[in-house]
Amino acid sequence: MTDLLRQAWTVARKDLLLEFRTRTALVSALVFTALVLTVFNFGRDPTAVATIDLAPTILWVTFTFAAMLALNRAFQLELENQALEGLLVSPLSRTSLYWGKLLANLVFVALVEAVGLPLFVLFFDVPVGRVLLPLVGVIALATIGFVAVGTLFSALVIRTRFAELLLVVLLLPFLVPPLIGAVQVTARLLGGRPLSEAAGWFRLLAAYDIGFVALATLLFPFTVDE
Amino acid sequence: MLSAEGLRHAFGTGGERVVALDNVSFSLEAGQTLAIFGPNGAGKTTLLKVLAGLIRPDAGRATVAGGRGAIGWIGHQSHLYGHLTVRENLLFWAALYAVPAAIRASRADATLRQLGIADRAEQAVWSLSRGLAQRAAIAKALIHDPRVLLLDEPFTGLDLAAAAEFRALLARLQGAGRVVVLATHNVGEGVALATDVAFQRRGRFVHFAPRGARGPAQIADEYRRAVGEREGEGEADD
Amino acid sequence: MSLAQKGRWIALLGLVLLAGVYVRALAFTPLERFQGPAQKIFYLHVPAAWSAMLAMGLVGLCSILYLIVKDARFDRFAAASAEVGTAFSLVMLTTGPIWAKPIWGTWWTWDARLTLTLFLFFLFIGYLLLRGAVAEPGLRARYSAVLGICGLVLLPFIHLSVYLFRTLHPQPIVLKPSSPSLPGSMLVTLLVSFAVFTLLYVGFVTQRYALALLREAQGREHA
Repeated sequence: MTDLLRQAWTVARKDLLLEFRTRTALVSALVFTALVLTVFNFGRDPTAVATIDLAPTILWVTFTFAAMLALNRAFQLELENQALEGLLVSPLSRTSLYWGKLLANLVFVALVEAVGLPLFVLFFDVPVGRVLLPLVGVIALATIGFVAVGTLFSALVIRTRFAELLLVVLLLPFLVPPLIGAVQVTARLLGGRPLSEAAGWFRLLAAYDIGFVALATLLFPFTVDE
Repeated sequence: MLSAEGLRHAFGTGGERVVALDNVSFSLEAGQTLAIFGPNGAGKTTLLKVLAGLIRPDAGRATVAGGRGAIGWIGHQSHLYGHLTVRENLLFWAALYAVPAAIRASRADATLRQLGIADRAEQAVWSLSRGLAQRAAIAKALIHDPRVLLLDEPFTGLDLAAAAEFRALLARLQGAGRVVVLATHNVGEGVALATDVAFQRRGRFVHFAPRGARGPAQIADEYRRAVGEREGEGEADD
Repeated sequence: MSLAQKGRWIALLGLVLLAGVYVRALAFTPLERFQGPAQKIFYLHVPAAWSAMLAMGLVGLCSILYLIVKDARFDRFAAASAEVGTAFSLVMLTTGPIWAKPIWGTWWTWDARLTLTLFLFFLFIGYLLLRGAVAEPGLRARYSAVLGICGLVLLPFIHLSVYLFRTLHPQPIVLKPSSPSLPGSMLVTLLVSFAVFTLLYVGFVTQRYALALLREAQGREHA
C-alpha cells in the first residue's frame, strides 16, 4: 500500500514540477477562469435577477469548465514527451499511475479554484466570510468527484481524434450529480440557511466521490494499456 | 531468463487485419544476445512490446525473469521529459524502478559518466542535441541496472561515430550475464554483437540459430534469401 | 433461420403487436379523467423509457462481462444495445413533449422520467461517439466497456439527484407505472405495451447484432 502511494506521489511530483516549470497550462486556466467570470457578469441583467440567486450557478459553471480544461493536460503531457510508453514499461502499477495523475490534477484544479473563488467574491460582491470553511469543504468534495471521473476519461480519449472535444462530451453527463449537489449546498450557504438543510446533498457528494474514485481506480488499468 | 511460448497477436479485424506475431517461441539464457532482423512491418516491435509487457498477446505467453523492473527498454520514443533536466529525468525513472533512494543520486551520476554526458546533467532535455538526447535516453534505460535489455532499432538516427560508441557500450553490457534482444532492419548494425540470430517475416521466425562463425556478409545473404526482400524494404509499419 | 432473419421476424411481430397496442389504447381503454385523450401517449412513453433503461442496463452488464471474459460477443451485444437504446430514448424524448404540451402547456418539463431519459440519451450518444473514435477493435471494446460500466453506475446518482432536486422544486407529477390507482384495463394496456416494447428491443438488438456479425465476416473475406 505504501509503495502504491509512494509511486503515485513520484508521478504527481513529476507532473507538478513540470507544470511549474512551464506554467503555460496553469496560467491559461487561471486566465480562462477570470474571463468566464467576466463574461458571466455581462451575460446577466442585475436589475432582473439578484446576484445572490445567480451566484452559485456562476461559480460552479465556471469551476466545471475550468476543471474540464485542466483534465486533458494529464495524459497529453505524457504523449507530448513521448513518455507514456516509458511509464507503461516500468514497474509502475497502473493504479499508482491513476492516483498520481489524480493527485496532480487535484492540485492543479485546486490552484485554479483558489484564485477563482476570491475573484468570484470580488466580481459579484458575494458574502462568503462566515461560510468560508463549509464552502471550501463543498468545493473540495465536488472537485474530487469531477477530477476522479475526468482523470479516468482523459486516459480513454488520448488515442482518439478530437480528444479534447470527446472528453467534454463524455464527461459532462457525469459531472451533473456533483454539480447539482455543489450548487444546492452553495446556494444554502450563501443564503445563510442552516447546513442541516443541505445534509442530503452532502451525502450525495460524498457517496459520488467514494463510488467513482473506487470505480475509476478499478477501471483505470483497462484504459492505458495498448 | 527470458522466454516466449506460442506468441500470437494480430491488429485490426476484417480487411485490415495485420498478423504481427505468428506462433513465435524461443528462450534465452543469461549472456545471450539475440539479434532479430526483419523488414518494417515484420512484427519486431510487437514482439519486443509483448516481451516488455506492454501488449498482452492474443495467445501465448512471454516471461521475463524479474518482471518489468528487470527490463531496460530503448525504442523509438525518448521517455524523457523535455522540461526536466537530464538528472531530474534519471532520478524520476530511478524512483519508479525502485532504485533505493540512498544510491539514486550516485547511480545517476555514474550512468551519466558512463554515457559521457555528465557535464549535461543540469541541462533541460529539450535543449540537447539529438545525439546527446539519445545518450540521455540510453542512460534512462540503464539507470536501474537491468538484467534484460530490449532494443528496438536503437541505431536509428545515430551517425557512424555514435553507432560505434553504442556498439562498444553494448559489448560492455553484454558481458555481465545480461540478456539482450536487439531488433533491427539493418543486418550490418547488430550482427557483430549477436550470439544468436533470428529472421522475422510477417510475424514468424523463419530462422533462429546461434550465430556461430557466420559473418555479416553471410548473414545478410541468408537474410535476403529467407525473407525474400531487400534490406530496408517492408510492408506496413510495425 | 439465420440470426438476422430471426431478429427481423421478432421485430416485425413486435411492430404488429405495437399496432395492436395502439388500437387497444385508443379504442378500448377508458379515457383518463383529468388528462383526456392526450394521456394515451403514456402507453408508449413509459414503456419506451423502460426499454431505454433496459438497454442501458444490458450495456453495463455486457461491459462488465466483457472486461472479465474478453469475449467479443459481449462487446457486440453492448454496441447493438446502445444503438437500440439511443433509438428508444429518442422516441421517448419526442413523445414526451407531444404529451406534455396539451397537458402542462409546455413542450418540455424536467420531470424525473424525461430527465433520466435525456441523460440516457447523452450516455448512449457518448458511448457511440467513443466507439466511432477508436479504430482498433480490441481497444474499442475495452474503452466502451469502461464507459458502459461508468454509465451504469451513474444512473442511480442521476436518479437520486433528480429526486432530491424535485422534492425542493415540486414539478408536475408524473403518473407512476406501477401505481395501484390505475384501473384494471389501463393497467393491462400498459403491461401489454411493456411486453411489446421488450419484444421490440429483443428484435432490434438481434438484428443489429446480426448486422455486426455480417460486417465482420465480410471484412474477413476481403482480407
